Amino acid sequence: MASLGKTDSASDSALGYSTLESGVGNVILTSADALLGWSRGQSLWAFPMGTACCAMELIAASFSKFDFDRLGVFPRQGPRHTDVMIVAGTITEKMKPVVIRLYEQMAEPKWVIAMGNCAISGGIFYYDTYSVVRGVDQFLPVDVYIAGCPPRPESLQDGIVQLRNLVRAESVSPGVRYRRRTEIPLRTAPAPTTPAPAEPASAAPASAPSKDPA
Amino acid sequence: MTTTFAATMASIAEKFKSAVLADSDGVADACIRVEREELLGLATELAAKGFDQLEMVTAVDYRDRIGLIYRLVSATLSASLVVRCDLPAEQPRVVSLAGIWPAADSQEREVLDLFGVAFDGHPCPKRIFLPDDFCGHPLRKDFESPTLIRRPDLI
Ligand code: SF4
Repeated sequence: MASLGKTDSASDSALGYSTLESGVGNVILTSADALLGWSRGQSLWAFPMGTACCAMELIAASFSKFDFDRLGVFPRQGPRHTDVMIVAGTITEKMKPVVIRLYEQMAEPKWVIAMGNCAISGGIFYYDTYSVVRGVDQFLPVDVYIAGCPPRPESLQDGIVQLRNLVRAESVSPGVRYRRRTEIPLRTAPAPTTPAPAEPASAAPASAPSKDPA
Repeated sequence: MTTTFAATMASIAEKFKSAVLADSDGVADACIRVEREELLGLATELAAKGFDQLEMVTAVDYRDRIGLIYRLVSATLSASLVVRCDLPAEQPRVVSLAGIWPAADSQEREVLDLFGVAFDGHPCPKRIFLPDDFCGHPLRKDFESPTLIRRPDLI
């Protein structure tokens, strides 16, 4: 099932997620927050960044049996039309600059869902791979992670519901969302892949998160 | 074309002194081993004799050498053929067959990308799958990279 990117409530309020509860902002802003958060959450248009097998479940989720439309999610092929990028599938080093470029073309406010183990951590390609990026959160700010190989369409829809809660808790106050966006520095140039022979083969690269493959 | 497959093979063995008929392991009707100096001549001859389709170009890393494998099919002779050509493991280099069979174009780039075999006379000798600035050739058995994480139970 889906889980929110940040679960630590202390850091949540520091990042402005609990703006409404903690009373930051004034009466006008909180009313605007409530209205905007509600309306944004009701129509999250999705950019389907489907690169591998998970895309099949993404497609299934948007057809009549599972019916994404009733959650207000419409897949659009243009990044400029969309609010949430659903990364469904394996991201390779060669694909990474393209994903970053498409993400940068999306208009603010924008969110990212990492769907499937490949997008979370590299999944089955975590070990012994020379071409796969171990997790899309190495270069994009991911809001919701959905585990599974592949996740069921119901999981994806649960992820949308969780993202909707997250969107509703956000504030229009300038700086709040911006702070979160700049947590992860975006790299437009591909990382150099020059091998350093002295390094032991089992050592993780400095940029890799120290987490186990899901 | 009236010549049979057996007659074609016999004329090939006569014409190219390094061409040896070898065991094809059941994957084709015949297998020819050839030295790389004669590869271009052999390929030209085979194409003229009716082997008009190149199905596959691939390679194997035997550590001491790189084995190139070409798989050919002829509709007129109703036959399939494997051509093997061994290259030295250090800086393997061979002539490109993209001028004879256009299908070789992308497949030779694949071998170049993953095994590091240089193809002389290739129309576009660049990597095909991996980023252009990638270092090394990952299907070589001595490939090492700092981004590789070995599976713990296989170390
Ligand atoms: S997580 Fe599994 S289903 Fe999804 S892209 Fe990766 S391998 Fe395919």
